[in-house]
Amino acid sequence: MIAIENLSKTYGKLTVLKDLTVNFDGGRVVSIIGPNGAGKTTMSKCILGMVLPDSGEIKFNGESVLKKHAYRSQIGYMPQIGKYPENMKIRQVIEMVRDIRKDATVIDEELIGLYGLQNMYDKRMGSLSGGTKQKVSAALAFMFDPQVLILDEPTAGLDPISAEILKCKILKEKKKGKLILITSHIMSEVEEVADEVMCLMDGAVKFHDTISGIKQNTNEERLSRAIAKIMNEED
Amino acid sequence: MNKIIKYVLYDIVRSKIVVAYTLFLLLLSIGLFNLGGSADKGLLSLLNLVLLTVPLISIVFATTHFYNSYEFMELLVSQPIRRSKIFLSEYLGVSLSLSAAFLIGVGIPVLLFAPGATGLYLVLTGLFITFIFVALAFLASVITRDKAKGIGIALMLWFYFALIYDGIVLFILYSFGDYPLEYATLALTALNPVDLGRVMVLLNLDVSAMMGYTGALYKSIFGSGWGVGIAFVVLVLWVLVPLLTSRRVFQKRDL
Repeated sequence: MIAIENLSKTYGKLTVLKDLTVNFDGGRVVSIIGPNGAGKTTMSKCILGMVLPDSGEIKFNGESVLKKHAYRSQIGYMPQIGKYPENMKIRQVIEMVRDIRKDATVIDEELIGLYGLQNMYDKRMGSLSGGTKQKVSAALAFMFDPQVLILDEPTAGLDPISAEILKCKILKEKKKGKLILITSHIMSEVEEVADEVMCLMDGAVKFHDTISGIKQNTNEERLSRAIAKIMNEED
Repeated sequence: MNKIIKYVLYDIVRSKIVVAYTLFLLLLSIGLFNLGGSADKGLLSLLNLVLLTVPLISIVFATTHFYNSYEFMELLVSQPIRRSKIFLSEYLGVSLSLSAAFLIGVGIPVLLFAPGATGLYLVLTGLFITFIFVALAFLASVITRDKAKGIGIALMLWFYFALIYDGIVLFILYSFGDYPLEYATLALTALNPVDLGRVMVLLNLDVSAMMGYTGALYKSIFGSGWGVGIAFVVLVLWVLVPLLTSRRVFQKRDL
């Protein structure tokens, strides 16, 4: 569904992505892991067109996305830290995004209901806690029934119950054949929702395999130990 | 595009700075028209103050607005919408609201106290200056990510166009006073939108008779229809060049 080919990106002297090539198929939950600064967020932002790569190609359903914008109607994005205009109310933010995505046929308001956001519609974004902002981000990401979901550390600021709601939603959407990319540092969570793990290190793919495959290759029961083993082996 | 402009305008109106700006201009214009004896004198003082304050307020307000809208733009960039659309909506939102403030604050008093061609030129000049300096502000904002630096660049641009440039022109005129400089001064005028606006309004007032030979040359050029036409074309270029340059930079940068 998404094919990244030889993607490179540097910020000044710092190389963030180095000739990255990777494929993601629909109906899977792919967890993107890797140390801080490995290029996880940069990769997601490249797919979204927020960061423009120096070289390489990103294809969405076989078509290049560079310098395009319409394809983004098929992507739901939940940023690591949701930044919203402080003066706008939750209602206005949601209405504005709906206004922009007028063509969406299905409006999925399940998360708004489950998170009880309608009760807070008139609060200003600037007055919300980090966790509530995350809930708004999550609700917006899932709202337009996109084919691809990019969730950047989705549960980092959420309380356990809200995180659980989100995980259920992720698994539910996966069954509809969607591709879900999650960056996360919490291994137990990765094990719970993901089918595949892709590890980025210094801007390149370290390994990309299914969870059972990783466990088998390393003879480890627990994913966190298996991954630690791979990382240590090759150092 | 209209939808985004709507939200930009909503944000600007909420901040109330534009309302204060309108009241300030209104007070200034009414005060000046009542102080001076004749309407022409009022227009002249108003012209000088407008050419000093409108660029300053436009450039500072637009720069701070751009940096404060960073989150808004970041939110929109991940949506299915063209980047240039986001940028132009921001630009039109800011420049239209400042222009509306100018029309109410200066346009209405001019219409009441000094209706006529000169007044019309003054209002048109003010509107162009607004659009030009908002474009320059956006250029300063896309050059750097640092808000303090951006506002610094914006203020430097204002200093340059409002104060330093005239000093340079005076210096050149003084140093090369022995040479015929009429066409050179004309070119120098075109290189500064504030001066261009000033000359256009001044020539419609009787004071141009006091500007000597250069004044006569200006009069012969700006007095004719095509001269005014060219002046407006130059002003439009002053809007488009910084606006399109900054849009280009905005489209090519990471958010």
